[in-house]
Amino acid sequence: MKSYQETLSELLETIRVLVPNAGEIDEDTELVGSLGLDSMKVMNLLQEVEDRFDVSIPLNVLPDVRTVGDLARKIHQLLEEQ
Amino acid sequence: MTLLDKFEPLQQARERLRGLGIDPFNVVVEKILSPTEAIVDGRRVILAGTNNYLGLTFHPECIAAAVRAVEEEGCGTTGSRMANGNYADHLALEREFAQFYDKPYSVVFSAGYLANLALLSTLPGADDVILIDADCHASIYDGCKMSAAEVIRFRHNDVDDLDKRLRRLKDRARRTLVVVEGIYSMFGDTAPLKAIAEVKERYGAYLMVDEAHSLGVLGERGRGLAEAEGVEDKVDFIVGTFSKSLGAIGGYCVSPHRALDTLRYAARPYIFTASSSPAQIASTRVALRLLRDGGELRRRLWANAERFYNGLKVLGCRLGPQLSPVIPVILGESREESLAVWKELLEGGVYVNLVMPPATPDHRCLLRCSMSAAHTPEQIDTLLQVFARVFSAHGVAAD
Repeated sequence: MKSYQETLSELLETIRVLVPNAGEIDEDTELVGSLGLDSMKVMNLLQEVEDRFDVSIPLNVLPDVRTVGDLARKIHQLLEEQ
Repeated sequence: MTLLDKFEPLQQARERLRGLGIDPFNVVVEKILSPTEAIVDGRRVILAGTNNYLGLTFHPECIAAAVRAVEEEGCGTTGSRMANGNYADHLALEREFAQFYDKPYSVVFSAGYLANLALLSTLPGADDVILIDADCHASIYDGCKMSAAEVIRFRHNDVDDLDKRLRRLKDRARRTLVVVEGIYSMFGDTAPLKAIAEVKERYGAYLMVDEAHSLGVLGERGRGLAEAEGVEDKVDFIVGTFSKSLGAIGGYCVSPHRALDTLRYAARPYIFTASSSPAQIASTRVALRLLRDGGELRRRLWANAERFYNGLKVLGCRLGPQLSPVIPVILGESREESLAVWKELLEGGVYVNLVMPPATPDHRCLLRCSMSAAHTPEQIDTLLQVFARVFSAHGVAAD
């Protein structure tokens, strides 16, 4: 079972590959505002992230996912529940 | 920041559209002449952007039934079926839908939108899951928002992705409602329903198919994609609308599950809406009979779709993934260019739908065209001539 920090590191690495022009990314980076992605691109990014972690992120939780850290915590929680 | 400030960007976008002289998202049909012609912006145009697939909106038998219903039963019902009572014709139409699909249970709703809201907000509860195709219609997304269930998307028409997500759900897969559409409204592509039905059976999930654009269009008897693919016995809930092939307004659901009939007592979009007017129900009853016996209408519809699709292909247009009565002509990312193309088509006497992101499945604009059984070959040739002229002027066809 991955720790939260391991999940976060893997997520950061995944996002850097998927959004190569994003610049510096950390836990506080906002998915929509700072990464320069529109809502459609965020949904595509999420699909890739879901594949990487083999989880499905419910649409219902997305309003609470603003930053990379929020997403990492959600993925960590979903992995724990599996 | 006030309550109304959030509308400012939208207002500015609207002003920019107004600068064009006509707003593609607020077109006024000054006079409707037939299923395929209207007066728009002072000129006669061919309608190639409706959902009038069988061209029944002006069918004399539908009109006569609606007129008779207005005269005998009045203009409206003034209340919901639960609080104010069912009219006999509402129940008759439900029986006729059940017979048409050979299913024991059927419910009629006041709109197709409400059918999806009712099903999705009521069937799956707090511990359940809704698994929807990413390209599903807004009514399906809105129904999901009203539901207490967990909502998960799978990649459009990707059966492997659906399989993967059902696998991740483990035991909860048996509490999952998979939702797909027969024909998708923007690209006109069909769901790979046979494979989807096989996957849902393997996991013990439930399957709902929205046949809004496929009713009357697919299947020998016009029942939609599930009939065409031979998987009707594997579909748990079929929903649809009267507002396309049936040429009226309303929605329906049929099912082998008794729960559908019980849902009337729990589904707020059913309970708290006025029931359909007598005229709508009366014309729909006739249209359903015409649709059922409409093999020749379907043949004409598909012949028209093929003629238009092939003509656009010859022009070099980028089209959707498969031949269908919904024919998207894919433009580029430039909204200004797309608006100009749409406006010039209209000025040339052609009405189609301009669709822009985020309403499109990707970042490109598209012209959503649709065919009707009522189009004549001459009208289709005229459409193609206008497309050729406008696209050639904009250099978009050869992209």
